[in-house]
Amino acid sequence: MASADTAVAPPPRVGLRAPLGGAALARGAATLWISVIVLIPIAAVISRGFDQGLGHFWSAITDREAMAAIKLTLISSLVVVAINAVMGTLIAWVLVRDEFRGKRLVNSIIDLPFALPTIVAGLTLLALYGQNSPIGVHVAYTKAAVVCALLFVTLPFVIRAVQPVLLELDQEMEEAAASLGAPNHRIFRSIILPNLTPALVAGCALAFARAIGEFGSLVLLTGNIPFKTEVASVYIYGRIETGDPSGAAAVSVFLLAISIGLLFALNGFARWRSRHERA
Amino acid sequence: MSAPRRRWRFGLRGVALFYLAALLIVPVGAIFVRAFEHGLGQPIDAITSPDGLHALWLTVVCVGIAVPLNTAFGVLTALVLVRQEFRGKALLNAAIDLPFAISPVVIGLALFLVYAPRDSWVGGWLMGNGVQVIFSVPGMVLATIFVSLPFVVREVMPVLQEIGTDQEEAAKTLGASPWQTFWRVTLPAIRWGLTYGVVLATARALGEFGAVSVVSGRISGSGATQTLPLYVQKQFESFNVAGAYAAAILLALLAVAVLFSMNLLRRRSVREGEEGAGDGIPPAPAVFVPQPIQEA
Amino acid sequence: MAISVKNVTKRFGAFVALDDVSIDVPDGGLTALLGPSGSGKSTLLRVIAGLEQPDSGQVLISGEDSTDTRVQDRNVGFVFQHYAAFKHMTVYDNIAFGLKIRGEGTGTTRERVRKLIDLVHLQGFERRFPNQLSGGQRQRMALARALAVEPRVLLLDEPFGALDAKVREELRTWLRRLHDDVHVTTIFVTHDQEEAMDVAEQIVVMNHGRIEQSGGPRELYENPASEFVMGFVGPAHRLGDAWVRPHDVEVRHEPNGQTIEAMVDRIVHLGFEVRVELTLSDGEQFSVQLTRDEVDQLELAEGQIVFVRPRAVRVFQMG
Repeated sequence: MASADTAVAPPPRVGLRAPLGGAALARGAATLWISVIVLIPIAAVISRGFDQGLGHFWSAITDREAMAAIKLTLISSLVVVAINAVMGTLIAWVLVRDEFRGKRLVNSIIDLPFALPTIVAGLTLLALYGQNSPIGVHVAYTKAAVVCALLFVTLPFVIRAVQPVLLELDQEMEEAAASLGAPNHRIFRSIILPNLTPALVAGCALAFARAIGEFGSLVLLTGNIPFKTEVASVYIYGRIETGDPSGAAAVSVFLLAISIGLLFALNGFARWRSRHERA
Repeated sequence: MSAPRRRWRFGLRGVALFYLAALLIVPVGAIFVRAFEHGLGQPIDAITSPDGLHALWLTVVCVGIAVPLNTAFGVLTALVLVRQEFRGKALLNAAIDLPFAISPVVIGLALFLVYAPRDSWVGGWLMGNGVQVIFSVPGMVLATIFVSLPFVVREVMPVLQEIGTDQEEAAKTLGASPWQTFWRVTLPAIRWGLTYGVVLATARALGEFGAVSVVSGRISGSGATQTLPLYVQKQFESFNVAGAYAAAILLALLAVAVLFSMNLLRRRSVREGEEGAGDGIPPAPAVFVPQPIQEA
Repeated sequence: MAISVKNVTKRFGAFVALDDVSIDVPDGGLTALLGPSGSGKSTLLRVIAGLEQPDSGQVLISGEDSTDTRVQDRNVGFVFQHYAAFKHMTVYDNIAFGLKIRGEGTGTTRERVRKLIDLVHLQGFERRFPNQLSGGQRQRMALARALAVEPRVLLLDEPFGALDAKVREELRTWLRRLHDDVHVTTIFVTHDQEEAMDVAEQIVVMNHGRIEQSGGPRELYENPASEFVMGFVGPAHRLGDAWVRPHDVEVRHEPNGQTIEAMVDRIVHLGFEVRVELTLSDGEQFSVQLTRDEVDQLELAEGQIVFVRPRAVRVFQMG
């Protein structure tokens, strides 16, 4: 194998797999894996959503209960993203610019919502803010519960997107602005924020995609009351349980469209930026 | 420092810490309190009950299959995406991010539509050959693989990009075969990114709820297809609160262990100069902002 | 006095960056803070700017005690080594920033920015972004930005340190000419003694957080107050207990009672100058700087025995 390699002109940038066939095999295997595990099942959902025609798709989406669930999902997710944009930036700021004992510990628990199973997340919020709340805050079975749970699971997104940018930020720019007379709030608005915006937008987009699909933390905390606290994912679950996979698929396609749309937008945005940035 | 500066600083810090405490720290602390409210007995009984142990076992099986498979294919995919050029590469790269963005319930539905015993793409044929996927363990394993798929790929790719092909080329000139190069040069170079990815994938797999719930046919109420997260829900809905909390604690402790190792690994990899930027504590790249492939 | 620093001390943890430092900078003057890394020169500049607070001592700007004034209110122009360009703003917006902060009208702003762009020769670059400029252009933009608000003092922190040698030289000349035109009190920090000698009227030599000597370039070169200043400001060699500049040494073929015997090891031609490396009679290595003509006249060759006599030596008391 090795000698055959030196006899032929080396293929460009095929780093590791010397035999050309090996590279194609690897490519094929990777593509097959993604297709079987991810792409084909997703295709099944899209196909099922439309398999009874556009009309049926539309009526499944505009079903009263479905609409209520979608509306609740979208509004709560937007509210949560707005809160995260502010609080996430604030927390990232404190973690990067401030010094206090225990900061390292605080920094590591930010990732807890990533590591914690969503069902446990719901249970923890229920323990403190549910029916038997020790501090008298009762949000269980209300719309507030939806916001609460979503805030929990989306906590790390904006923070972790903004933190590296803040770390890399040239503090001399802020000093220059100060030497030119800019007060602190102006420095934040004109110097820091514009440089954070791309990361902030990305973090918010990811948080939104996460929020609209959230299920496990909502299942126990919200009571899943149709028209009141039922979100889209719970509605879909209900449709599967009652033997209406087409209806479930229709609403799923709606959610998929938003998620995939966001992903592609982010990807495109990142590509545009890397093209326009010179050293 | 001037007084107004100090006020701002403490104010911001206070708001941040209060928010984190109210949303994160205190609730998680609360389940620990709740679980052991009535002593150690109930929680331990719940976990060591046949259902509880079975749920634990099933969780281990799902994770034990999904993570190694995703690790192997993750490294393979990372190598393909970083070291090769081909049409459709951008699409493959984007597809990796899908499990991040899709609702777990939709994932469950997707698997259902492909593998259900009736009225699905291949489920009927599989049933005919004696393989049941949905409402059975293989389905749950598939769901677990789906949700934990991207982590190893996404952690290994930047490392591969960073180290470049120099070392591998040097190995080739010294006569190493592709496998030897991979085993002795590439793998050691990516080991911290790889481990970090495995830890993240494991955490995700352990905690998966929605997709597994759909494919397990929780409706049927049988304990035979319950992972630990599903067990938590079942116990809670059966008013066996202590049992629910006990299982939740177990999962929470595992999550904390995951956090701990994430931290350890992050610091290790920075010290060994594997990850590029930042002095001090680099934040976890667990938020995968979709990146286009670097045209190096 | 435009700037007076009185007994300023600044510590970072256990490290003493400035140790009871006092200097006076005359109005309209061009002063260099010269010293090696860690000498405290940048810290002193930042204390003057208000970017650092001293632990003790005072900073007076135009006679007023500004020690507790915020940097925003001191009206000092600051130029950073790595430009600190607002990378998300155009060249125009960068320069206009200080004016916008002060609420200047669009008309006035445009006029001033235009004048400054002409001054720094960046015509045509108004709409560009900093990452589209070369290092030298970015630094000129940074200077224009600092000058836009008509500061009382212009402070530059190793302004040419990040640039290529040729660009550095150009900008040095350009800075001096700018100072001639604009006449704002200017202090710049450098570790390059040639740059300080070339540009500044007054040089403050610092070491280990203290001022070693302050004066004009010629004075520092010819009358250094300490070993450190002598060695830092120009080439210097030990000759026994004394220090001598290598071009202050006469080379003869015969002794005359004041000479030391030496053997020529190597003759190195560096263009106009020639460095002659010798070994002295006591075994010590030494080198002497001569002109080409002198070397030709003496017909020096390697291996020759010659006699050297220092024309001017300095001896510094210990302690």
